[in-house]
Amino acid sequence: MSALERRPLVAGLLAGDDDVLVVTGLGAPSWDAAAAGDRDLTFPLWGAMGGAVAMGLGLAQAQPQRRVLVLTGDGELLMGIGSLSTVGWRQPANLAVVVLDNERYGETGGQRTHTAGRTDLAAVAAACGFPTTFTVRDPTGTAGLGERLWSSPGPRFCVAKVRPDDEPLVMPPRDGVVLRERFRRALGLSR
Amino acid sequence: MGEVQEAAWVAGAWDALVGAGVRQVAFVPDAGLIGLIRRAEAAPDVVAVPLTTEEEGVALLAGAWLGGQFGALFMQSSGVGNCVNMLSLARTCAFPLLCVVTMRGQFGERNPWQVPMGRTAADVLRLAGLGVFEVDDAERVAETVAAAAAMTLAGGGAMAVLIGQRVLGAKAFAAAVQP
Repeated sequence: MSALERRPLVAGLLAGDDDVLVVTGLGAPSWDAAAAGDRDLTFPLWGAMGGAVAMGLGLAQAQPQRRVLVLTGDGELLMGIGSLSTVGWRQPANLAVVVLDNERYGETGGQRTHTAGRTDLAAVAAACGFPTTFTVRDPTGTAGLGERLWSSPGPRFCVAKVRPDDEPLVMPPRDGVVLRERFRRALGLSR
Repeated sequence: MGEVQEAAWVAGAWDALVGAGVRQVAFVPDAGLIGLIRRAEAAPDVVAVPLTTEEEGVALLAGAWLGGQFGALFMQSSGVGNCVNMLSLARTCAFPLLCVVTMRGQFGERNPWQVPMGRTAADVLRLAGLGVFEVDDAERVAETVAAAAAMTLAGGGAMAVLIGQRVLGAKAFAAAVQP
């Protein structure tokens, strides 16, 4: 069953990788990324449920020389599941999607998502045309996860089955204009 | 499908989009958008992205702007309803957003299922915080697209240009066989 701890997994993915551009889906993935250290090149969504993958795609297309990581949850991804098909159509080689799948709507009382049933998100992504898809269930699979992701053909998609534990709330800035502008400034963009 | 001659307003509208610096175009197709979609797909400096649902485009173009590119979202009026919550992303973060909406259910529509969103699309967009320009004159489409693009790029908030069925014509169902 779900054996991974989400916080060390996210911290491991982001540690020392100052170049990667990150979009996080609303809820726990945004808190996980903040717990790993607030950074200008992470755009944490506080809403816009279902939009994380599409936002990552737009960013990946605008910055084809940079790696773009979408870090989101199962509930958020299920709401925008069609965007996997859009990514499959576009094939952005610089995009990775990591789903922290606790099989729960963690922010609203822990109700089960469809991944607690028979929905296999990695299989969905593969069927949508992601050349690399895999699911990690035990801690041995998280060692070198970043290396495994970025060295495989993109777009790539990883489901990390994580424990449905509540972690301490660590929040990133919530002013959307500030988040937008600091991200763009860090990329050297004006306005 | 035979070759359909491009509608007279398309070239000017496309030039306005290019003039505004559009680099990514996201769309769910509509018959009224055939010309603009063809132009987007043929443009070497523009990435054209077909979507599975219109709300993806709102998020996609926010990501594009985050990465330094402006874009436009093309949809039919029925797609407006699909976008409502995602439009909060453009509003909360003040992302520039330009929507080009081709209308159904509005003037001479023969499919009553198109009418609800045809009647409400403009109001729905206004309620979601967008500035809305409705165009019923083919000769004014280009200048309206240019004005809307300039406003959203200047920080005036998300904009939508609604191209009416007086410009596009209503879909004819004349060839249908009655059961």
